[in-house]
Amino acid sequence: MYRIRFHGRGGQGMKTAGRILGTAFFLAGFEVQDAPRYGAERRGAPIFAYVRASRNPIFERGIISRPDLIIVADDHLPAMPGSGVLAGAGEQTVFLIYSNEEASLWQERLNLQGSVFTLPPLAENELRFRGAACAGGAAALLAELDVELLAEAVREEIDPLGSELVADNLEVALAAYAALAVNRGTVHEGGPVSAIDYASPDWLKLPCEETLLSAPAIHAPATSEMSQTGLWRSERPLIDESRCKRCWWICSTFCPDGAIQVDEERRPHIDYGHCKGCMVCLNQCPTHAITAVPEEEAAAQGEKP
Amino acid sequence: MNRKLLTGNGAAAWGARLARIDYLPAFPITPQTEIIETLSNWIEGQELECRMVTLESEHSMLTAAGAAAVTGVRVFTATSSQGLLYAAEMLYTVAGWRVPLVLVNVSRGLSSPITLEPDHNDVLAMRDCGFLQLHCATCQEVLDNLLIAYRLAEHPRVRLPVLVNLDGFYLSFTREPVQIPSQREVDRFLPPFEAGSISFRGGEPLSEGVTVLEGSAYSYFRYQAHLASLEGIAVYEELGQEFAKLFGWDYSALECYCSEDAEIVLVMIGSFATKAKEAVDRLRETGRKIGLVRPRLVRPFPVAALRQALAGKKGVAVIDQNLSPGKGGILHGELASVLYGTPEAPAVLASFVGGLGGRDISSEEFFEIHKVVQRAVATGITPEPQLLYTEEELRSLRKMQSVARAVRSNQGGGA
Repeated sequence: MYRIRFHGRGGQGMKTAGRILGTAFFLAGFEVQDAPRYGAERRGAPIFAYVRASRNPIFERGIISRPDLIIVADDHLPAMPGSGVLAGAGEQTVFLIYSNEEASLWQERLNLQGSVFTLPPLAENELRFRGAACAGGAAALLAELDVELLAEAVREEIDPLGSELVADNLEVALAAYAALAVNRGTVHEGGPVSAIDYASPDWLKLPCEETLLSAPAIHAPATSEMSQTGLWRSERPLIDESRCKRCWWICSTFCPDGAIQVDEERRPHIDYGHCKGCMVCLNQCPTHAITAVPEEEAAAQGEKP
Repeated sequence: MNRKLLTGNGAAAWGARLARIDYLPAFPITPQTEIIETLSNWIEGQELECRMVTLESEHSMLTAAGAAAVTGVRVFTATSSQGLLYAAEMLYTVAGWRVPLVLVNVSRGLSSPITLEPDHNDVLAMRDCGFLQLHCATCQEVLDNLLIAYRLAEHPRVRLPVLVNLDGFYLSFTREPVQIPSQREVDRFLPPFEAGSISFRGGEPLSEGVTVLEGSAYSYFRYQAHLASLEGIAVYEELGQEFAKLFGWDYSALECYCSEDAEIVLVMIGSFATKAKEAVDRLRETGRKIGLVRPRLVRPFPVAALRQALAGKKGVAVIDQNLSPGKGGILHGELASVLYGTPEAPAVLASFVGGLGGRDISSEEFFEIHKVVQRAVATGITPEPQLLYTEEELRSLRKMQSVARAVRSNQGGGA
């Protein structure tokens, strides 16, 4: 059975990527199971999707703990706490990382034992089609999936989202496939877990503990400040001081995360550690003093977060 | 027949569509909403002729569903978790009206603490309301059991509402290959509802759910609902056979997997049971005589079939994806009452509680359950109930607790 995991951020099309690959396998005659996995839906937060494909009926369910292929759609993710990108990776696990950096660098940086490939950004406006690119790249590494199956799967999955989107997604997926086609068949199907020499789960007898500890309560405020939700941002709101009329309240009041503070001189300051990049401020500012800049571009321009 | 990849929610929507539902009262809740979204798209696109009404709560939604069912139309609705509990009063009430309707519940653990992930405490909290309960393990079962559910609910010997349960995430958002029958094929199994006496109209007054202020009449009506529910077992079996003739695969109140010659049997409900099947296959490869018994019907409970399937087994492990605080796994208690005092009852009936709030159950844990029960069979000592919870999980919980209890001078309000 193939066990494949896509990691990305909410909004980067990982659910779509999983569905494209799942459908390609299904069209190739495989039994398939695919699903996205996220908590409360949050744009920019780490999410993943998984695909199982087998010639036999699939009884396994839920999160894949021993992946044969891991696709990472955002190269900031491996360093992000809780993204779980590396979970269960072993010697046979192939990595495909959407990144401009060298595969060997990632191999070393993440101490990966299996093969590593990178998928550099392929087209100018490809950000919108990252899911299709990841699905195309993944398909290229799988011996059973050819270009025709991939194309048909892209059409089947994208058409319901808007037929005008099919051509662009198709172009990106096929380009990614072409870029990696030389590595076709690199990913191998993993076997089942052995019922003989398995690692016993270290179950414990849960003790009864005092209520202060055992009730689901948080006893001090501001724990959300410890979570750097700014890492979820894909676009950064920038305030143009020359256009800001110092109204003192609009952007800061509308910010759903309370991430904009106004100082005594009525200047707004964005807390980029917690701004998720929702752009509500941009839409509310009456003088259009706020602009959205892609996070990578802002970082490249040396804008300090 | 068209084989397609569908989510559990998509399969539920297809089931409702192919049942040619007339009325759809709706209120959104994760992880159910996709069912209503799919149906509303079809209604808007005129692919489904159905009246959809959005209500202000699940309580009103169930009231509307029951009120519509009294008029003899085919009614479908869906909810989950907190929504099911908010509608609880009306589930009991509508069941007492003795009219057919089908309610899908997408299982999700209950607050507090709040979660979106699945377990069975929501649906089992409604165990005693009078609705029949069908529990699905695959997306295919969701579609098929929706069709069967209407036949069951509308059957003259039953005439009770039916709840079809599917697990959040593990089925609701998971795509699997599903055979979608054609409308013509479905019409042969599920023809339009001949409502007969269920025909409330504005011009023909009727009192539903009347007041009975003395216990004798109350006992009669409640017990009649119980007897009708029990009829549901035989009716489900009949329908399962009829379904097989038309579609090629059958349904039974119990799914028995490798259990006939098994010495140790796992008992569980819902989608995690397919994980148990995987573990059974692996253990069978090593020569272990293990099987799985999965009730599809939880109400009515297939008591006779369970006794038969488990007679003479050495050990049974009941894996509960629910918890009754102060007692333990709910199914374990149900199985004990099924087996107690029967001549060939298994000596070991062990209780495992796992999968709460969507917590996964690994293959290794199924192997370990087998090992624990095998040891119990050898020693004759039934083990204490075991929560599937590891040292590693407790360590990571301790981190959360340290954050939750820390004294912080920072009171929030920005960096």
